[in-house]
Amino acid sequence: MSPLLRIDNLETVLHTGSAPVWAVDGLTLHILKGETFALLGESGCGKSMTALSVMRLLPEAGEIIAGSIRIGEEDLLLLPEAAMRGVRGKRISMIFQEPMLSLNPVMTVGDQIGEVLKRHFNLRGLLAQERILEILNQVGISDASRHMTEYPFQFSGGMKQRIMIAMALAGEPDLLIADEPTTALDVTIQAQVLDLMRDLQQRAGMAILLITHDLAVAAQMAHRVAVMYAGEIVETAMREDFFSGPAHPYSQKLFDSLPGKAKRKQGLRLAAIGGNVPPLSREFVGCRFADRCDHAWELCHEIAPRWSVVASGHQVRCHLFNKDATQGIEGPEFPSRGLEAGVHDLERSEGDESQPSLSSESRISHPCLLSVTGLKVYFPIHKGLMKSTVGYVKAVDDVSLKIQRGKTLALVGESGCGKTTVGKGILQLISPSAGSVRYNGVELVGLERNRLRKMRAEFQLIFQDPYSSLNPRMRIIDIIEEGMNALRIGKDSNAGTAGDQSGVPKGRKVDALLDSVGLPPETKWRYPHEFSGGQRQRIAIARALAVNPKLIICDEPTSALDVSVQAQILNLLKDLQANLKLAYLFITHNISVVEYIADEVAVMYLGRIVERGSVDEVLDNPKHPYTQALLSAVPVIDVESKRQIIRLRGDLSSPANPPTGCHFHPRCPHVMPICRKTYPETSMFSSTHTARCYLYPPEQDPE
Amino acid sequence: MSFKPVILWTDALVYLLVAVIIVFAWYVRRNEHLRAPWRRVIRSASGMVSLTVLIFFIAVGLLDTVHLRPAVEKSNSANGERIYSVDVLSLFDLIAGPLRTRVEKTYSAPFAAYLYARETVELPDGKQVREFPRLEFGGAHLQDPETQLVADVVRRAGAGGGVGLLLWGVVVASLTTVLARRDGKNFLPALFNIWRGTTEVPWKAICGMLALILLLLGAALALCGYYHIFGTDKVGQDVFYQSLKSIRTGLVIGTLATLMMLPFALFLGIMAGYFRGWVDDVIQYLYTTLSSIPSVLLIAATVLMIQVYIETRTELFDTIAARADLRLLFLCIILGVTSWTGLCRLLRGETLKLREMEYIQAAQAFGVSHWRIVSRHILPNVMHIVLISTVMDFSGLVLAEAVLSYVGVGVDPSTISFGTMINAARLEMAREPMVWWALLAAFGFMFALVLSANLFADAVQNAFDPRVKILPAKAGILPHRRRREESKGKSVSSTVEDSF
Repeated sequence: MSPLLRIDNLETVLHTGSAPVWAVDGLTLHILKGETFALLGESGCGKSMTALSVMRLLPEAGEIIAGSIRIGEEDLLLLPEAAMRGVRGKRISMIFQEPMLSLNPVMTVGDQIGEVLKRHFNLRGLLAQERILEILNQVGISDASRHMTEYPFQFSGGMKQRIMIAMALAGEPDLLIADEPTTALDVTIQAQVLDLMRDLQQRAGMAILLITHDLAVAAQMAHRVAVMYAGEIVETAMREDFFSGPAHPYSQKLFDSLPGKAKRKQGLRLAAIGGNVPPLSREFVGCRFADRCDHAWELCHEIAPRWSVVASGHQVRCHLFNKDATQGIEGPEFPSRGLEAGVHDLERSEGDESQPSLSSESRISHPCLLSVTGLKVYFPIHKGLMKSTVGYVKAVDDVSLKIQRGKTLALVGESGCGKTTVGKGILQLISPSAGSVRYNGVELVGLERNRLRKMRAEFQLIFQDPYSSLNPRMRIIDIIEEGMNALRIGKDSNAGTAGDQSGVPKGRKVDALLDSVGLPPETKWRYPHEFSGGQRQRIAIARALAVNPKLIICDEPTSALDVSVQAQILNLLKDLQANLKLAYLFITHNISVVEYIADEVAVMYLGRIVERGSVDEVLDNPKHPYTQALLSAVPVIDVESKRQIIRLRGDLSSPANPPTGCHFHPRCPHVMPICRKTYPETSMFSSTHTARCYLYPPEQDPE
Repeated sequence: MSFKPVILWTDALVYLLVAVIIVFAWYVRRNEHLRAPWRRVIRSASGMVSLTVLIFFIAVGLLDTVHLRPAVEKSNSANGERIYSVDVLSLFDLIAGPLRTRVEKTYSAPFAAYLYARETVELPDGKQVREFPRLEFGGAHLQDPETQLVADVVRRAGAGGGVGLLLWGVVVASLTTVLARRDGKNFLPALFNIWRGTTEVPWKAICGMLALILLLLGAALALCGYYHIFGTDKVGQDVFYQSLKSIRTGLVIGTLATLMMLPFALFLGIMAGYFRGWVDDVIQYLYTTLSSIPSVLLIAATVLMIQVYIETRTELFDTIAARADLRLLFLCIILGVTSWTGLCRLLRGETLKLREMEYIQAAQAFGVSHWRIVSRHILPNVMHIVLISTVMDFSGLVLAEAVLSYVGVGVDPSTISFGTMINAARLEMAREPMVWWALLAAFGFMFALVLSANLFADAVQNAFDPRVKILPAKAGILPHRRRREESKGKSVSSTVEDSF
């Protein structure tokens, strides 16, 4: 069977200010008809540039300088631009990552799909209407005749992505390029969209080039997988082969760096890949991964490896698999070594943890570091000329939680459920509408400004986006010292929390802090733009640690990072917790991170906590239908397991107008009449595990 | 001491501004992240060429800012007190003394040796004739202007231009030497680099502009001692001198009005964006109200008030210059007060965006005070907007002065400015034969000043705007390859020129 898309030796260059960046360097791949081909890789490795090269939609600075891209028999690079417009949308369609930005906000969705029909099939009027309805029905939009006259802002994120898919399908393409189609979506919505894509592919028989950084998504969707690193493909394989035995050291590392319960159980540290993706503007001599590879030897630094065949259809670009290279034996040894090291870590960290935690418990009167009861944060909705309040957005509605000293509570939920607002409400960055936040027995709500300011050293915040969390105009030393100056840490030593570090001069303290997050001290003279995302996140952590906090609220600290960097940060957070006895409130939507780092889990839905318990109780034995659905929607790498995925209908409701009764009832598969009337009481399953659902008998609160 | 230094109000503010710019430049030199965009300005050819022109304007303006009162010759030595002239002169006036003092009777055309109007002249024999009399100074050295004038002008212009080019040669040679020494090269390769345009700073363009300026300047200087090169105005004053004097007025208005506007815009804009709520409402109402009043009316009202105030309190001002200067200052202030709304709105929007940034929230989580958050986090991050809009506003303000003076509510009639020049020349446009040179000279100078300021502003904006990227030329391999393939005979239907 001749391939549908064949890319040969593609080289794409981005002309940036100083040196040209070889975003794609000698990429060769082919995609068969009706096949899903997943292109895996971390950010900046050239995945998207490959897709844009195929579409010939490169940014102004981009240029294809060599290679050929053939679809069927036609070389796309030889087509003039006018003919290329006939290819785009007709033979190749593309869907983008951000559905909010890919639809024109001032056109109805019907018109936007109609444009494709008009261009490629010359369909107008009633015929076009019928076809639009048909396509919208195909992508699972109910009541399509009403929705086609609506504007994009009237749709939710998941619906917009469906419309994007509908537009892409309107041209009946042979090849669909999906560039991170679900990265911006929540897991439950992601499951819906992935299902839809799989379903459509089977029906229409089109090929999909799926570009993703998520191994699990690739495992669920792809027939074949290619791993990209620094502008070139380093491994291609059938899905089964790849996920049962990744060959390239980079692929192996990617798997090892995924957090998860198994790794936590074994006490393994995550295998973080040292260093960063090399800048693509530089000249490569040997293997591109050699600098970060554990197996690299001299040959790797001298000669770029050629393709070696591992099994049929499984190729890898690594000297380890080259039969001529004698040192290939080193490969298999590695995993056992890693395991050993992990076990040592486990022993050490356990030894560390047991002793001091006991002593600290006995020393401090309040066993609970932070206790939040009945926290409510309402944002008023103003309307009209006089700005009278017509209603409230109940972002956080009656949330109670407790964090033990030195423990981690993970707050899980989809975007828009109020997780972040809880964090800010606790820190008093947003003043809560009601409820109490007690830190170490001191009530924070309504505390006067000056006393609150003194308390601020105790609890700190780490943000999601490492790019907007550091002031670009300040040096690292100024950034780190800011909190110390504001809270007078290191000036007067009366703060008991400062402990032995209070006597250390400030300059050395900054060095020590940078050292503790794994950065050399001379970096303190630099500016944030000189650092990569992971390094910036380390600096943000150092800034939070500078005031010796006991509680850190981590607001999705790793969701903007690549897996390998995420592993570094998670390791760092774990180490710091072990050494400094920090407590974390870990706000995230990533279940595998929760599995790895949390002691306790609270699941939030639309401003309320629906289930709470220790990590094993909640994740192994979820009680609330929402938790069950959430966990089942998380894509897993395990190829064999055929889990039953609980499909959730619809999207998160608006917190301004939550459904009556149980907030989850419009989407719940087990909905009962009573669910629509009143919000359920707490049901207890063990001393720690509670849920709020009518499926279980309510129990009296023991307190 | 034969003079007494005078510091007028606007002088003091100009000195302050120069000091601020020097401190700012020193600060920028020390901070790499601040230097980077300025490097991009330095590398832009249009920016540097316009800066070269601007520097000449600024030099004239600064010379014209140093004011003094010369001692009167016949000083009263009885009580040992010197008496100083009531005329406040500037350094520029002293240098251009001949231009200032050689006043004709009335209009004369550029390079004329005769007056522009007929006069009744009594001949030695007692007869009276109406003829064009010879000028007192312009072309006075010529025996027979009818035959000698053109040749004399060309000769003197050539000599002056020659001196200018010679000076240019010296400047370029010393520049090359400096560059060669810095790069550790020889003289000739360094010169070759400049010629080829391969230097980082566009020296070639700068040198080209400099050659043009020095050529014109040399010719003008050589001629202006013997002719009125731009003619004379109604009262016989040299228009060239007036044009040069107008530069200071334009610069002062352009810079000081901005200086007046900045505190309002910065303070109110950041306050509104940072505190939001009722503070934002109040400030928004304030600038919406202000921008709904026609600013010309507001300016006219204020200027008239000031005028009355000055005229009723003549005892407060010891010289005419001080009175004129106060009016200029108030014009700057009122222009500043009416023009801060645009920048304020921009800053409010930017601050609204910035205050949601996570580093501001981190600072709030540290309990950092509002004042420190504003000064350390917000202010440095909006400075690029302030800089861009300041430079962009400059030329607008210069033009606004011209319009206001034309309407009659601008600077004091005794202050020479582009506006007063145009205003004085406007009536003469209707005259036959037309008096065109005053208007043309004012327009020419204003055009050069505003155009170079605008081009410089563009360069600054390009350098500071993160969205504008400077892209080097592409290799352009794809179209080549396509053409090659086509010529090989591969049938590719290509009728439309590619735009890839």
